[in-house]
Amino acid sequence: MVPHTLKRLAAVSLAAALALSLAACGKGGSTSSDNTDSSGAATLKLWTHAAGAEAELAATKQIVSDFNASQDKYTVEVQAFPQDSYNQSVTAAAASNSLPCILDIDGPNVPNWAWGGYLAPLDGMDEQLSKFLPSTVGTWNGKNYSAGAFDVALAMYARKSVLEQNNIRIPTIDQPWTGEEFNAALATLKATGQWANPLDLGTGDASEWWPYAYSPMLQSFGGDLINRADYKSADGVLNGADALAWATWFHGLVEQGYMPVKSSKDAGADWLNDKSAINWNGSWGAEAAREKFGDDVLFLPPPDFGQGPKIGGGSWQWGLSAQCENPEGALEYLKFALQDKNVAAVADAVGTIPATDGAAALVPGYEAGGVNDIFRQYSKTFAEVRPQTPGYPFIATTFTKAAQDIVNGGDPQAALDQAVADINANQQSNNYFQ
Amino acid sequence: MTQTSTLEPPVPESALGHRQRRSGRTHGRTAAWLVAPAVVLVVLFILIPIALTFALAFTNAKLISPQPASFIGIDNFTRLFQDPVFWKSLRNTILFAVFVVPLQAGFALVLAMLINVKVRGVNFFRTVYFLPVVTSIVVVSMLWQFMYQPDGLINSFLRTISGGAVQGTDWLGNPTTALGAILLMSIWQGVGFHMVIWLSGLQTIPGDLYEASSLDGASNWQNFRYVTWPSLRQTRTFILVTITISAFSLFAQIQVMTQGGPLDSTSTVVFQAVRAGFAQQQTGYASAISLVFFVLVLAVSLVQRYLTRDKDVQK
Repeated sequence: MVPHTLKRLAAVSLAAALALSLAACGKGGSTSSDNTDSSGAATLKLWTHAAGAEAELAATKQIVSDFNASQDKYTVEVQAFPQDSYNQSVTAAAASNSLPCILDIDGPNVPNWAWGGYLAPLDGMDEQLSKFLPSTVGTWNGKNYSAGAFDVALAMYARKSVLEQNNIRIPTIDQPWTGEEFNAALATLKATGQWANPLDLGTGDASEWWPYAYSPMLQSFGGDLINRADYKSADGVLNGADALAWATWFHGLVEQGYMPVKSSKDAGADWLNDKSAINWNGSWGAEAAREKFGDDVLFLPPPDFGQGPKIGGGSWQWGLSAQCENPEGALEYLKFALQDKNVAAVADAVGTIPATDGAAALVPGYEAGGVNDIFRQYSKTFAEVRPQTPGYPFIATTFTKAAQDIVNGGDPQAALDQAVADINANQQSNNYFQ
Repeated sequence: MTQTSTLEPPVPESALGHRQRRSGRTHGRTAAWLVAPAVVLVVLFILIPIALTFALAFTNAKLISPQPASFIGIDNFTRLFQDPVFWKSLRNTILFAVFVVPLQAGFALVLAMLINVKVRGVNFFRTVYFLPVVTSIVVVSMLWQFMYQPDGLINSFLRTISGGAVQGTDWLGNPTTALGAILLMSIWQGVGFHMVIWLSGLQTIPGDLYEASSLDGASNWQNFRYVTWPSLRQTRTFILVTITISAFSLFAQIQVMTQGGPLDSTSTVVFQAVRAGFAQQQTGYASAISLVFFVLVLAVSLVQRYLTRDKDVQK
């Protein structure tokens, strides 16, 4: 039998603990964006997807503290989210009217969020933004909604020694491989028996990678994700003869054993370990490649399947939310953060292409003739942004599913027709996003 | 002697009087207060979202949209029933449930009988069999995904055991084997939980029943068939219903391992709903899928309840 006083004591302590924890929860959950801190400056919240990406996050935090130190009207606070759940966090915040003032957006999602009322246009920055690479500025309905400090380029990673040993011509930006040359090269490499699968396109990553990496190849064949004249229908571009040619080629790579159906989670690491001869990878992997292979590494342009080589464009960009209580302050910050020296700092930290020529001059390796200048050239010459329509997230998931079905051996025409039907239905059900 | 309507012990009324009449009502009120927080949470996080889902299923709500949702009647359902992916998802879900229920329940029963002994060290086995249950399903899915790779652990094991005769295949990349591979993994992960439930059922069987049957000269199989199995009726019903419901809501493994592929051979109804709602931003359509799923699970549960009803208690 527990003494009566002990029971009372236990009950009171439990009640006190509960009350304390509730109070703590209440305090930590305030998200109003018009707080002022102790010195009277307005607080602006900034959300970024870069949690876990230490270099990028550190660069952003440095820019924020520089901004905070340079003036005393506004104080910016950084909150970092993991990339995989970032979009959902923003969507949830928008629904509960608690978006931050400044946030970063993945390039292809900008029209969707702008149409959804999440973003406000960047007024008064047109001149500054005109110096940015076109693929780094997010526009919709004629207005600029976002701008990014960097872009990335895709390239075929290969080793000079491997190509020379097998008598394969080394392509250049002016004379890329043709489709037939590329297939012949793969056949030669497969015949050596040195690699189970000589080509690795990174099919193990089931995310935005699929539209980003594979729709440029579709575009090189002459197809596209949607008719960009009016963004109303994908008929004829996604299921026409060119698209079918792409699908047949894509599945053919698996059928003939050139490429695995599902690569490992880190195709880049596999290439570094010589599990494949050619790897379709982004410029973010250049540093590691050079460290391992030195001068032997080549960053080759993708093949020209008819309409010229194409690579993806558009990466993470900064924007201003429509729910911000202090848009002037947020614009101040964005103008500061997108100055050349800050753009250079971020691009250097992440190992990506700086968005302005001025910034490129400041980043070692990206000046004209530098080791990374080739990526900047590819971005300028070959980059094709993903369709700038608010229906893009739907198009992306539909294309990913169709491409996966094609790689797994499904009937290509049926898969493409189904994708077209779904995309058209979605565009229509949203009244073509007028 | 007058019959008292309350269940209080038969204390003479003169001894307690006023205090006894009041305590019945205060018991009810105290109980209501104690249950209130849980009820609030259930209403807020379960009942209200379910009601919202049912309402949204008849609208064209979108996850991100400047326009509010508008009522569109049964358009979502017409579209759903014409969608080939939905029928494939339904087929996969039902197939999965049909196989998982007997296999997992049966395997759990075998394990429970194995550990229902008073031998030193049995607790070690109980812990080990239960460990997969407390491991996150996402972690388990990722590990098994590595094991199922063409050059992974499972294929190496098969090759070594058979001396190179059996090569094994790309378990998750082959449309015919993908669902079976996920089935095996799910059974491995969930069997510990149901083993514990069977064990509790086994331990309620009075020992003298077994003594009586061994006196009659019953064999092990006859023991099981005539003593154990009938005594486990209520445990059986409970396990049947819970495994069926959790089999229908198969989602996490699909999301991590195969994302519905290859060629829709592992797509399930819940996976399709989540994909439609979040990735494709079609909240109304996803709510329609959820509503259909709810009706399906309800129907199956009611059928199961009817089939396992207590036939003796008819009055």
